[in-house]
Amino acid sequence: MIITDVLCPFCGDLCDDIIVEVEGNKIIEVKEACETGVSKMMGHERIASPMIREDGKLRKTTYEEAIDKTAEILTNSLRPLMYGWGSTTCEADEKGIELAEELGAIIDNTTSVCHAPSILALQNVGLPSCTLGQIKNRADLIIYWGSNQAEAHPRHMSKYTSFPKGFFTQEGRKGKHVMVFDVRKTTTAEVADDFVQILPGEDYRVLSALRAILAGAVDVVPSSVGGVPKEKLVEIVNRMKNSKFGVLFFGMGLTQSKGKPYNVANAISLVRDLNAHTKFAVMPMRGHYNVTGITQVCTWLTGFAFAVDFARGRPWYNPGETSTVDVLNRGECDSALIVASDPAAHFPRKSVEHLAKIPLIQIDPYPNLTTELADVVLPAAIAGIEVEGTAYRMDGVPLRLRKLIEPTHLSDEEILSRILGKVREIRGD
Amino acid sequence: MKKIDVKLTSGRSIEQGIHIDNKMSSGYCDVAAVCELNEVDMSKLGIRDGANVMIKSKFGQVVVRVRTNNRNPPGIAFVPMGPWANAIMDPSTGGCGTPQFKGIEVEITLTFDSISPIKELVGFR
Ligand code: SF4
Repeated sequence: MIITDVLCPFCGDLCDDIIVEVEGNKIIEVKEACETGVSKMMGHERIASPMIREDGKLRKTTYEEAIDKTAEILTNSLRPLMYGWGSTTCEADEKGIELAEELGAIIDNTTSVCHAPSILALQNVGLPSCTLGQIKNRADLIIYWGSNQAEAHPRHMSKYTSFPKGFFTQEGRKGKHVMVFDVRKTTTAEVADDFVQILPGEDYRVLSALRAILAGAVDVVPSSVGGVPKEKLVEIVNRMKNSKFGVLFFGMGLTQSKGKPYNVANAISLVRDLNAHTKFAVMPMRGHYNVTGITQVCTWLTGFAFAVDFARGRPWYNPGETSTVDVLNRGECDSALIVASDPAAHFPRKSVEHLAKIPLIQIDPYPNLTTELADVVLPAAIAGIEVEGTAYRMDGVPLRLRKLIEPTHLSDEEILSRILGKVREIRGD
Repeated sequence: MKKIDVKLTSGRSIEQGIHIDNKMSSGYCDVAAVCELNEVDMSKLGIRDGANVMIKSKFGQVVVRVRTNNRNPPGIAFVPMGPWANAIMDPSTGGCGTPQFKGIEVEITLTFDSISPIKELVGFR
């Protein structure tokens, strides 16, 4: 059976034109997706069955026993932490937030370690943005700042930015100018028209210099800023002003470098300033396919996008205090539930040390480093392949994930509802 | 022993992305336990592609394989995001939740130790 218009559940591009061939209950071919997408959709080793750790070793068990154990751990803890959520459906995310509220837990998502600085920045200065469709049809100047999307979002340029021919961009690649700002010449930089190499940690200065030039204060800018000659900076500003529709995409190069939220606020402010001269938009390059979704769901349900603490019986948000890495660094939580994420692999080692000390529950389709630390492991069906649901593309457009084959495991949503039921039962609610 | 002081940056690589849901495989180790340096820095260390290097920061140390990538300017080392890079990252977030995964000061030396095994990197049990 051939299934068309399939969404790829890997990165924030959420490509919606994938063609999948299914035979029996197996995906045998994936077309149109990039290498990373194909690799995810063709499948990897899975966690076979629920497991509980005993005497240091994981032993197989039933969903029922693993869910009972999970509910017991969570209800017995004073400060449970629930983390992950970027690679599952919005429906599962909603259930997770309900469970966090019931438990008085901290619920945080992977935004915390990637675009938390962007959320902080946009709370201060807003976010003049648009959809990827508008960019495809209108943008003639495309800027990637600290974002190597040739490797992180392999089809971004071919589907939405540099290459496609849109309504007002009929010439395709020829009619567009692509600029990359980075500390090293990435694969993205290699296919750009302009590569602007900046010194590590100097993004804020370079952005300030561009804003000063744009404001007409050319004289105050020194001969070189952050490794970029002044003449080049003036040339860039002219190009920005003379574009018909510009867009600045930014990634971890801005959010995880010295200055973090201040870098992003400065980049957004540059775009805001540019709108006095032409049309310009800005967009964070979101990594996991539904990390935008969890920030949406979390915001409409709790008022905040990440790092929400329900300990007071109402949502409390204070990044730096209620964000996962900080909670772990302080050794504060006494249990953790990890859903669709691998913090053991992606957090600094110092932060992982506390995770290893506390009762840890994992819900995930795949064995990973977090499994090595987990006390209870609940295997899940793969959202977007075995389960349908809602996901938000990086530009905030909600799309429907499809079910391609029958699942062999429970969905995240089902597992979370059962845990919630059990927690309520234990607490006599 | 020759050593260089460089700034370390981490990030996504396409190979790392392909293996991300398959982390316990040797393929993942092959693509994530890697450090890329400019040939200028390689010759300062007097080493060739395939040698193992010890990367040390204030926060820890790790052994990975080295390879030349001249798209990196001299003075910058790149390690794909993952447990090897994280062994040496600064865990503090400066109040925003996100640690500084880029621009960490590190010292790199040649080593004859073998690549840090993935389980050891989180092996606190
Ligand atoms: S670019 Fe992203 S969403 Fe599109 S096919 Fe590749 S991994 Fe999937």
